[in-house]
Amino acid sequence: MEHLVKDQELTFKDFSTDQDVRWCPGCGDYAILSAMQKALPQIGKEKKDIVFISGIGCSSRFPYYVETYGFHSIHGRAPAIATGVKLANPDLSVWQITGDGDALAIGGNHFVHVLRRNVDINMILFNNEIYGLTKGQFSPTSKTGIQTKSSPQGTVDKAFNPGKLAIGAGATFFARVVDVNPKKMVDIFVEAEKHRGTSLVEILQNCVIFNDKVFSAITDKEGKFDNQLWLEHGKPMIFGKENNKGIRLDGLKLEVVTIGENGITEKDILVHDAYCEDETLHNMLVNMTLPEMPVAFGVIRSVKASTFNDKLWEQISHEKTKAKFSSIDEVVNSGVTWEI
Amino acid sequence: MTKNIEELEEVVIKFAGDSGDGMQLTGSQFSNTTAFIGNDLSTFPDFPAEIRAPQGTVAGVSGFKIQFGSTSVFSPGDEADVLVAMNPAALKANLTSIKDRGTIIIDSDSFKIKDFEKAQFTSNPLEDGTLDGYNLIQAPITSLTKESVSEFDIENKSRTRSKNMFALGVVYWLFNRPLNITENFLDAKFSKQPELAKANKAALKAGYNFAITVELLPSNYTIKPATLPKGKYRSITGNIATAWGLLAAAEATRLKLFLGTYPITPASDILHELSKYKNFDVISFQAEDEIAGICSAIGASFAGNLAVTSTSGPGLALKGEAIGLAMMTELPIVIIDVQRGGPSTGLPTKTEQSDLMQAVYGRNGESPVIVIAASTPSNCFDFAYQAAKLALEHMTPVILLTDGFIANGAEPWKIKSLADMPSIKLNMATKKEGWSPYLRDEKKLARQWAIPGTKELEHRIGGLEKQDVSGNVSYEPENHEKMVTLRADKVKRVANFIPELSVQGASEGDLLIVGWGGTYGSILTAFSELTKEYKNVGFAHFNYINPLPKNTSIVFSKYKTILVCELNSGQFIRLLKGELSQFNYQQYNKVQGLPFSKKELINEFTKYLK
Repeated sequence: MEHLVKDQELTFKDFSTDQDVRWCPGCGDYAILSAMQKALPQIGKEKKDIVFISGIGCSSRFPYYVETYGFHSIHGRAPAIATGVKLANPDLSVWQITGDGDALAIGGNHFVHVLRRNVDINMILFNNEIYGLTKGQFSPTSKTGIQTKSSPQGTVDKAFNPGKLAIGAGATFFARVVDVNPKKMVDIFVEAEKHRGTSLVEILQNCVIFNDKVFSAITDKEGKFDNQLWLEHGKPMIFGKENNKGIRLDGLKLEVVTIGENGITEKDILVHDAYCEDETLHNMLVNMTLPEMPVAFGVIRSVKASTFNDKLWEQISHEKTKAKFSSIDEVVNSGVTWEI
Repeated sequence: MTKNIEELEEVVIKFAGDSGDGMQLTGSQFSNTTAFIGNDLSTFPDFPAEIRAPQGTVAGVSGFKIQFGSTSVFSPGDEADVLVAMNPAALKANLTSIKDRGTIIIDSDSFKIKDFEKAQFTSNPLEDGTLDGYNLIQAPITSLTKESVSEFDIENKSRTRSKNMFALGVVYWLFNRPLNITENFLDAKFSKQPELAKANKAALKAGYNFAITVELLPSNYTIKPATLPKGKYRSITGNIATAWGLLAAAEATRLKLFLGTYPITPASDILHELSKYKNFDVISFQAEDEIAGICSAIGASFAGNLAVTSTSGPGLALKGEAIGLAMMTELPIVIIDVQRGGPSTGLPTKTEQSDLMQAVYGRNGESPVIVIAASTPSNCFDFAYQAAKLALEHMTPVILLTDGFIANGAEPWKIKSLADMPSIKLNMATKKEGWSPYLRDEKKLARQWAIPGTKELEHRIGGLEKQDVSGNVSYEPENHEKMVTLRADKVKRVANFIPELSVQGASEGDLLIVGWGGTYGSILTAFSELTKEYKNVGFAHFNYINPLPKNTSIVFSKYKTILVCELNSGQFIRLLKGELSQFNYQQYNKVQGLPFSKKELINEFTKYLK
């Protein structure tokens, strides 16, 4: 397989379609598309074996722009469609593209159930904390109080934290990245594909029209060092402009400390264990919010577990070894029959 | 005592008891034995939606009706010749549907004051004259059952549970049936609890012996085998036949069968049955909801499986948007709607034909799909197969309508072989030359199926309007209208590939009786009776709803009046009036959650005949 792909030397261009890309100028989606087109040649699959499934929303136009098999479906239901594709043909690399409304509002049910089952698909969640395609209503991830067309007095809703919801539903892989960091996006997409099970990648994505600069505290020049914690398995949780800030466990809470102050050394800093089955620490990392804490990025959780599709097909293989019938004719002639 | 054996042509028996009394099992055992000895039969299980409705109340009565005979039997019959009532409530619920001088077998142990009061009898019906004129057989079923199982090592609560087997034994004697089929069934069912098997068999035998010895039963009856076409038979319900028809289609096409579904009464048995056959590469996926059920099937269809979703009315409503997606993306999928009483949650365990409008029109936009309907328990096999064939050959969703009546009802089925079924020609795209995602064949207007994993056919589909041929997203006004027309024509052209409408009885005359779907047996029973007296009447039954058979208007034009009979307020007649407005239509409707009775149909038919 690897040889085959190398022979073909697939590149970024092989994954571009002839369709005009119709996102707003400056939309974060462009960067995500470009990162995906760079990641796909690295996953060791032929184009014919890759499928993109989306729901409805700005992000869900994505499959039209990727030269693989693609299905732009209906609002919220992409996890169910992706599940069907993967069960029908487990050899396919299945990618679900979704947004915060698509995945967490109308599709909330399918979102939690695909994670619970651990179907081997990659779910890329474009989180811009707003409804873009319907022109600017608040979403389930919008921060409380946000003023939008449908909440002129500010929202009174509490927001979902997608990672927390996913881990609660049994997610085996959760990564977070931001749209202004294309290199990391490429790496994380490749990691997501490698993981066996549902790989959820949350991308903080800027909507230039309806929610511009919602992530600026994380992404602007000032904030990007002090407000982003990049996690890597086996590495200490160190961040900051001077690379001297770290995360330490204080009782049952995480806290930010400065190495070199108050006798803190690197030894006091937590080391990231993405492979740990227990989700306690992963949840704490996912929950970290500004301004007290930096926002965690990278592969936060990546746990080995059996997948739904593998188990289902194992069951099918097993049933074949002890099957009572080998054809429909045998089935219809089984049990009590009589001649007239 | 001397035993008189009387010969009868046909008999209706109703088994009735509490919903926990095992009446469905009793009825289906009687059906199996009766089928096995060669009678034709038709059954009608009728039970409450609650698993254990309040004990002893009329609302909690579960019934199983069977009509069997030495002639062809098309329906479960109207009034019962024999009622087996396990408690006063079962008696109360069925009092008005027993023939004059019919036989009533009751459990006399269950007629204490509190029992008949619970059933809202003001006095004891066994003593107050209520049952005058009936042949009443009072058997202390509970106590005799207890006695018959006393030697077995079983739990106390199981000792009276076998009373349904005792009652079955009585009825077996009454109709001269052998015990061995039920005995074999009990051995198999309780193979891991041999004491329970023994106890149940002992109760069955005790009931049989009781009937021999008591003088309450002056004679028993024999019903000669029916003169059915020669061949090998089995008993089958509509839901099982549906599941098997799908298996047959999967085997014929060598496609994997994918069932994405969510449990719902009365369709769940399709899921249960198909889940047994994983060895045939059946992927049965119990999804998180109705929508995920059909959406997973759409995904599987996109990936090249024979995709199916099964549901009932409320579920069909939830699946509407996804059916539109399958229609728009022109993917093959079979949607099975086992109709039940509606609207809303309605009458989940009762039968009705009120989803026709929903099936034909219940989607946003111009969204035509093929709609077909099975009409007997056994032909659910043929129509499930046909639904798969039409979906795959025409690349479109097909809605198959059955209903609770034929889905749960059983009848003898002359077993078919896959070799008897028509072939299914798949429309797979395999190479890039000459292929476009929405290029159509000239006859059917079907596009090709290009499944992921096929080299060089990478393409994108979706719910947005697409450009003719290329399938690219298109908002052009003329193209949209063209695509709407193409999708409609595609479904219309299916009429060229389905059988024409056939008529029984007079091929022209005063009255054409029209039915569709699961009412076939009821209407045919009444029609057969009617034609003994009247000759100027025909009967046409529809299995193809959208599109209609090509010759429909030619058939209709031969009659003065077209009487459309449906278990709804008049849905098919609206469709017919819309498509073929030139005829004189009349309608007969029933919306009680029950099938038509022969009597009411004949009453209605004769209004139009001189």
